[in-house]
Amino acid sequence: MRNPQLNQDGELQHLLSTEGLPARIMRDILDKAGTFLDGGEQPDIRKVPLLHGKSVFNIFFENSTRTRTTFEIAAKRLSADVVNLNIGSSSTSKGETLLDTVDNLCAMHADMFIVRHSQSGAAHLIARHVAPEIHVINAGDGRHAHPTQALLDMFTIRHYKKEFHNLRVAIVGDVLHSRVARSQIHALTTLGVPEVRVIAPKTLLPTMVENLGVHVYHDMAKGLRDVDVILMLRLQNERMQGALLPSAQEYFKHYGLTEEKLSYAKPDAIVMHPGPMNRGVEIDSAVADGPNSVILSQVTFGIAVRMAVMSTLAGGR
Amino acid sequence: MNIHIKNGRVIDPKNQLDAVCDVFIAAGKIAAMGNAPAGFVASQTLDATGLVVIPGLIDLSARLREPGNEYMATLESEMSAAVAGGVTSLSCPPDTDPPLDEPGLVEMLKYRAKNLHQARVYPVGALTTGLKGLELTEMAELVDAGCVAFSQANAPLTDTRVMLRAMQYAATFDFPLWLHPQDYFLSKNGVAHDGEVATRCGLAAIPVCAETIALATMLTLMRETGARLHIGRISSAAGVEMIRVAKRDGLPITCDVSINHLHLSEMDIGFFDSNCHLIPPLRSLRDRDALRAGLLDGTIDAICSNHSPVDEDAKQLPFAESEAGATGLELLLPMVLKWANQVSLPLSDAISKATLQPARILGLDAGHLSVGASADLCIFNPEADWEIKPAALKSQGKNTPFNGMNVFGKVCFTLVEGLVVYAL
Repeated sequence: MRNPQLNQDGELQHLLSTEGLPARIMRDILDKAGTFLDGGEQPDIRKVPLLHGKSVFNIFFENSTRTRTTFEIAAKRLSADVVNLNIGSSSTSKGETLLDTVDNLCAMHADMFIVRHSQSGAAHLIARHVAPEIHVINAGDGRHAHPTQALLDMFTIRHYKKEFHNLRVAIVGDVLHSRVARSQIHALTTLGVPEVRVIAPKTLLPTMVENLGVHVYHDMAKGLRDVDVILMLRLQNERMQGALLPSAQEYFKHYGLTEEKLSYAKPDAIVMHPGPMNRGVEIDSAVADGPNSVILSQVTFGIAVRMAVMSTLAGGR
Repeated sequence: MNIHIKNGRVIDPKNQLDAVCDVFIAAGKIAAMGNAPAGFVASQTLDATGLVVIPGLIDLSARLREPGNEYMATLESEMSAAVAGGVTSLSCPPDTDPPLDEPGLVEMLKYRAKNLHQARVYPVGALTTGLKGLELTEMAELVDAGCVAFSQANAPLTDTRVMLRAMQYAATFDFPLWLHPQDYFLSKNGVAHDGEVATRCGLAAIPVCAETIALATMLTLMRETGARLHIGRISSAAGVEMIRVAKRDGLPITCDVSINHLHLSEMDIGFFDSNCHLIPPLRSLRDRDALRAGLLDGTIDAICSNHSPVDEDAKQLPFAESEAGATGLELLLPMVLKWANQVSLPLSDAISKATLQPARILGLDAGHLSVGASADLCIFNPEADWEIKPAALKSQGKNTPFNGMNVFGKVCFTLVEGLVVYAL
């Protein structure tokens, strides 16, 4: 079975997942993202004409402000025409199916779809359905994948740590429901990180997660020991209802990243979070705003990485 | 109408027959094997040279979608699919709309099916009114109308007191219950086996304990009440082992597996193939191997198609939103043959799992070719290989995880009560 995000020549046709994405393509995207940054501590991003005359459709079946906005900025910096659609509040509630919506947008001459959907596999379904000249970027599907988030995380790690092959990385929190965690794990293992850890209570870890190539920890003191990178995950409030966790307070006590817990990691460890943060639930403000935090850099780098992904797809052939 | 079937390899598991011989049919029944009865004049001769003649297949679970779900399939389309697949008898679960919980509905279904003159239909009645799991249906009335057993189909029966009483009541009249073991809470919202694939794909999972906990409840209540139980569509290694122990203890329990679970695993989901969205979920390779072993050692009695046609649009959705189910009536025979071939099982033993054994579970004197038995037969070409293509299927349901697969065994003729109801 051919990976549906690669074409017959092994080039990127869609970006659906970091699973099965060759390291060569990942590195090219990270390198290309670097060229969009001016350098310096507060990087600026130039406008380039790479997607001039192309139509990029942001189709979000699930609400998101941050991801949609960064994609929009990225597309505009590439000189594309951007259309934003919040489908969550229109077509599907009128009974139109996902693929009918896509067909209609194709008829409006879309060149690229950026898709977010609450169901795992939605981006794959669309990618299988559209004509070969149309590219699909998965901006998050259910619990499955969020590849551009993972790639911007890899960019951030490389920016601060230079290499991947000597790192110890810990992912902390609700891995079970997290598309970000899945995409991070595949990206980290593909890029050669020798030790990836996940830290969470058993209720927030999926079955056989160790088969993804990670070491499982339930204790922050042990799991964070000597790590170079800490990737925090967002904990959604509804997790308290499904008998997964007793309370946000108890979660914070055991798994919230405080300065004390951070001290187990290497002194120069970086702390990352995909946002939006729940201060006092998964992360303490002192850490989020502290010297180890690179959370705001992630956001800036996210624009450059999304520009790199879009231009790779558009200029692929 | 006298029919002479010439030169076929006749396989009849019940009579341990596997030989090339002629079959003579008169007045809807098997009149003789080998030599023609005195004075037999054939009005029709079927040349079965190079073909295999077996009892018509009996499918323990085939949804016909009528009444109520005609957008998915109709009685006409699915009955023609049945005979095209060599299926001469089938039982249909009660999860129609409305469910088969009233004698009138059952009589209507039987009447409509009979008028099509194709396969025989044995409805399974709803165990509770509206399949809601609260009140018992009028079981005796439903049996009079033609129901052969009672079931909740895939609907939950969460109230264990209702289950206890249903078993007590059914045991009073010796009505069999056909239950699908899946705990409601542990399977709620789940769409895939709780294993490696669900973890990678981020699909909501159904753990094996959803099956084993439901089974443990059923087995406990069965011991308590003496009810006869048929477990439909077992899916896990642990489940098979529980049935094995129950049988060893002498409980009156039988069990079937679907063609999908016999051949496929969670791995077949691949990149979210909604054709693999099934109930119960496809489980691990280890589970599949245990199902095969259970079928071989007799723990699992029968193979069914679990034919569940759905409309095309309902599959063109993200995996979890897609409708569960796959077409199967026309694939039952090739999938039984494929299994037999893979495990080097004599054809007769394999065929028994889709003829004699399901007949026994249904309590029918059928599934064999004894002289005097109703002439329900399937004649197939064992050498013919064909590719499963949605468009070529008679069923209105075109979705199956086996799409594109090459299989052996093509049905050439199907006879029901001595009449050719299907010819290739």
